[in-house]
Amino acid sequence: MAKQIIEITMPQLAESLVSATIERWLKEPGDSIDMYEPICELITDKVNAELPSTVRGKLVKHLVGVGETVGIGAAICLVEVEATGATDNVANPVIQQSEAAEQPSSPSTSRPQLAGAGSGGATIDANAPMRNRYSPAVQKLAADNGIDLNRVPGTGEGGRITRKDVLAAVAAGAATFGTSSNGVASIPVSAPMDPKTQVRSSGMHLSESPRIPSVETQAQEAPGRGEYFIDITPVRNTIATKMRQSVSEIPHGWMMIEVDVTDLVLLRNKLKGEFQNREGINLTYMPFLIKAAVNAIKDYPIMNSVWAVDKIIVKRDINISLSVGTEDSVVTPVIRNADQKNIAGIAHEIDDLARRTREKKLKLDDIQGGTFTVNNTGSFGSILTQPIINYPQAAILTFESIVKRPVVINDMIGVRSMVNLCLSLDHRILDGVICGRFLQRVKENLESYNSDTKLY
Amino acid sequence: MPILKSEWLSRMDYGQAWELQKKLVKEIDREERSDTLLLLEHSPTYTIGSDRHPEHLLYSKEELARRGISLYEIDRGGDITYHGPGQLVGYPLLYLDAVGLDLHQYLRNLEEVIIKLLADFGIVGDRKPEYTGVWVGDLKIAAIGVKFNKARTRRGFVTSHGFALNVKKNVEQDGFQGIIPCGITEYGIASLEMLTGTELQVEAIGQQILPYFTEVFGYSIPIASESLNSLAKLKQA
Repeated sequence: MAKQIIEITMPQLAESLVSATIERWLKEPGDSIDMYEPICELITDKVNAELPSTVRGKLVKHLVGVGETVGIGAAICLVEVEATGATDNVANPVIQQSEAAEQPSSPSTSRPQLAGAGSGGATIDANAPMRNRYSPAVQKLAADNGIDLNRVPGTGEGGRITRKDVLAAVAAGAATFGTSSNGVASIPVSAPMDPKTQVRSSGMHLSESPRIPSVETQAQEAPGRGEYFIDITPVRNTIATKMRQSVSEIPHGWMMIEVDVTDLVLLRNKLKGEFQNREGINLTYMPFLIKAAVNAIKDYPIMNSVWAVDKIIVKRDINISLSVGTEDSVVTPVIRNADQKNIAGIAHEIDDLARRTREKKLKLDDIQGGTFTVNNTGSFGSILTQPIINYPQAAILTFESIVKRPVVINDMIGVRSMVNLCLSLDHRILDGVICGRFLQRVKENLESYNSDTKLY
Repeated sequence: MPILKSEWLSRMDYGQAWELQKKLVKEIDREERSDTLLLLEHSPTYTIGSDRHPEHLLYSKEELARRGISLYEIDRGGDITYHGPGQLVGYPLLYLDAVGLDLHQYLRNLEEVIIKLLADFGIVGDRKPEYTGVWVGDLKIAAIGVKFNKARTRRGFVTSHGFALNVKKNVEQDGFQGIIPCGITEYGIASLEMLTGTELQVEAIGQQILPYFTEVFGYSIPIASESLNSLAKLKQA
């Protein structure tokens, strides 16, 4: 893998800030650092602030010691990063002078001219625009032959390294262009999700901003191989076992119904501010959906049952399991006796369960005894799901993303807020007729919300 | 407008409050809690910030023990200061986005909140360009020292520590004579009671400061949550 040395500079943390002092280093040379991870603590005036990294990589060297004060734009440390096109946008490669440091007013610390990977006899213009854009073929060829692309002069457009350049480097011998490290390297791999990326722009959510999983795992990677391995965690294993059991034992059937929730959207918009002020939690669509589903279950109790080979056990208590995703798993905590709670009460339970799930503070009681599962799949923008039943329950209902769509009403086209509800059913217990009626009832309940609906 | 949860924790030991701050900062970072303003009173304590100048503490360890005053070296900006009964301590734990964030502007905003409160009493609070805090003439009435904790899940910061406003008139006699506050030798200390000549309650001043805080920092009306109150009571029990 090609490496690149980047310097992190003192940012302009306040308009009136001219310099800041390093209070202490939180990262030492050799430590790997993640994007936005604090690398040191700064002090300025009455402020103590953690300085986030602007790159992901490995800290190479501190340029400023503890207790030293440096000006804005001065380099404070060096970080080794993977040389990919993306990093060019977020930081200054050390070979380029950063703009701030060039201003005469900013006192700049001495700038060690890092030859680093650049020495190899060949002339390399690191500023060439295409310099660090490698094609997959070039990367593979380089990896197969142990060539460090940082050391290869590029003859392509904009200084880009071509296959021919790599082949020339191979011919010239690995001694000149070889990578220093061989064998298996352990590198942190993260899911390809940028925290800055907006995941979606519409749909309902359990929390206003759904957490974006950032699965960090130690992966084993061999150079040139297109795969790596992740160890199975106990929770992953449990999920796998339950899912396999559900899919192999329960003959799943699927149904979807489309619901006009325009009035519900208006109702929630009307109430959410006051609700937030009064209750201190977000009013999401979830409690409305659960209330609608629970009332429909009361009309069709068979939805709330379990297959027991020689009989069907219909549960009297309506305990709604709620799918809550965490960083790397999914848990289904339970809202007990949901039929006895009003919308505000359900909202509080959802908030409490979701929070405790993420804090990993659920008790065994919280996850047992569910009789019907509701999943808020729409929070990631999905409009259709085929969920797997939460074994041994009889059915699972998803609430997809609410989207505005043109809808024909009385032979006229109107803009309405529409949502899909998807139901997976245990076909040993339930058939199309009963599920169709059930979904129809949930739809009626959801469409009957209006500005007069009471939360309490 | 965002929601601010505010909390009157009454008297709390400094170390306990510090631990609570750290815990709440993490919760706010993970978006499990809305921005929070803790209001409280400390038991007698000296705290030394990042600009460590032990020579600004005039008491020896033995003298501190005799007077029942604790000493903490902590992670806020600033030098030494005193916290004790009769002083309103405010810890705003707020998530601030990194874009357009000005650390010093945050200090000025905290000063602004206190200046607005002082105006209620007909007192003209002032800033000294070289010294953060709020001044009445050459007497310091409020000290400020903050920390910006880098958020782990988002790109901004969560603030901790905050301001200490002297309310009761015994504060300046009790604690500040044992130190050179913030290392400033030439100025003294004031309290609200001393300036107004009336008896005041710390908790009532905490209530009175809330609207100014929400106004300056752009929050909708503050809400008190019971959970933290009970948490604080639990800790005291």
